[in-house]
Amino acid sequence: MTAPTPGQTVGPFFGYALPYDGGPALVPRSHPDAVRLHGVVLDGAGAPVPDALLEIWQADRAGVVPRVGGSLRRDGYTFTGWGRASTDNVGRYSFTTVEPGAPFIALTVFARGLMNRLFTRIYLPGATDAFLDALPADRRDTLVAARDADGLRFDVVLQGDRETVFLTYPGH
Amino acid sequence: MTEAPPRVAASSDAAAATQAEISAEIAGIAASRTTAEHQPRLDYAPYRSSILRHPTKALQQADPEAVELYAPVFGHQDVDPLEADLTIQHRGEPIGERMVVTGRVLDGAGRPVANQLVEVWQANAAGRYLHQRDQHPAPLDPNFTGVGRCLTGPDGTYRFTTIKPGPYPWRNHQNAWRPAHLHFSVFGSEFTQRMITQMYFPGDPLFDLDPIYQSIVDPRARERLVATYDHDVTRPELSTGYRWDIVLTGADRTWTESS
Repeated sequence: MTAPTPGQTVGPFFGYALPYDGGPALVPRSHPDAVRLHGVVLDGAGAPVPDALLEIWQADRAGVVPRVGGSLRRDGYTFTGWGRASTDNVGRYSFTTVEPGAPFIALTVFARGLMNRLFTRIYLPGATDAFLDALPADRRDTLVAARDADGLRFDVVLQGDRETVFLTYPGH
Repeated sequence: MTEAPPRVAASSDAAAATQAEISAEIAGIAASRTTAEHQPRLDYAPYRSSILRHPTKALQQADPEAVELYAPVFGHQDVDPLEADLTIQHRGEPIGERMVVTGRVLDGAGRPVANQLVEVWQANAAGRYLHQRDQHPAPLDPNFTGVGRCLTGPDGTYRFTTIKPGPYPWRNHQNAWRPAHLHFSVFGSEFTQRMITQMYFPGDPLFDLDPIYQSIVDPRARERLVATYDHDVTRPELSTGYRWDIVLTGADRTWTESS
C-alpha cells in the first residue's frame, strides 16, 4: 500500500467555495417523504461552531444506495443521496432529505480548528445494528437522532462529556 | 469593484503567543513522536483553534457498511470543464504567476480514482481570499475568485489552471503567516476515503513556523503535501507547472470485488 496523503483542516475560508445552492436539499421540501435533519455543532466549551461544514451520504427510502450524479446541480427529481451544509452563525445546520431504508446516514464533519475530517453515523430513532449495540451505553445515544416536530434532530459535539462517537475505518 | 472592507480582526483567535513560543511548542511535540504517523494530530495545541475542537475520546473502529462502501457520484451535469480554469472566470486576466497544477487521485493500492470530483479554493496572488472573514490589508483581484472544480479522468488525472497564491497573515499568534497553499477537497470510491487537505509549494520558508503544516508531526507524511515543480507541465510563454498526486486512505474494495 502507498502511504496516504495527509488531511488538513478545512480552514476558515471555505464558505465562499464549498457550500452551494441546493447543497442541503437532497429532496425539495414539498416532497411527500421530506424530513428535516437538523442540529447544532458544539465545541468543548458548549459554544456553537459557526464555521463547520457537514456532508451526509445515505440510501434512499427503499434502502438502495444511489449511483447517480447531480448533487451539485439538482434537478428536483433525482435522489442522489449526498448533501452538504455549512453551519450558520449560531452553529446550526439543516438538511432536507428522506429517512433511508437503512439504519443510519453517514456523516462527515469539517471545521476551522479541526485538523482533519471526522466521520460518524446518524442512526434513525429506534434503529440498531451490531456496531451501535457494541458501544458503551453511555455513549450510544450520541449517534441516535431524536424525532422532533421538524423531523430529525442530531447534534454534533466535538469534545467533552457528551462528545459524539467518531469513527475510524480500516486503513486510516 | 468590490468595496474595501473595514479593517477588523480576521479571526477571534487570541494572538497572545509569540512565534518563538509557538515554534517551541511545535518542536516539543515533534521531539516526542515515537512512531510513523500518516495524518495530522487532532489534538494539536499550537493551532489554538483546535484546543476546543478536537475529540478527547478514542475514535471508534468501524468496518465500513452499506452506504459507506460507496462514494457519491458526480458527473458532467455537475461540473463544467471550464470550472477547472480559475483564470477565465472574469472579464480580465488575474494578476500573478499563472500556473498549472496537475496530478492523479489514487487509492492506497495505486489504482486511479476516475470520474470523481476535485474542488479547490485559494487566496489570490496577494494572499487575500475573497471571503468576508479575510480582511487583512492586501488587495482583492476583481478578476480572480479562487474557486475551481473538475472531474478526474479515466486515469485519475485532475488539472487546474490558476494563479500562484501568496502567503497570508492570520491571528493564531503574533506575526503568524501561512505558507502559500491551495485547498483541495477530494472524494474516493468509498465514503471512508473522503478528505480535505492543502497543497504547498517546494521550499517555502514558512513551513517550519506554521502550526497547520506542522500538525502533521511526521516529516515524511507532511512532505507529501508539497507539490513538485515540473518543467514538462510548464507551458512556453504561458504558465509554470506543478505536479502533485493525492493518495487516499485504503483501497477501494468495490473495485476488488468487480475485478
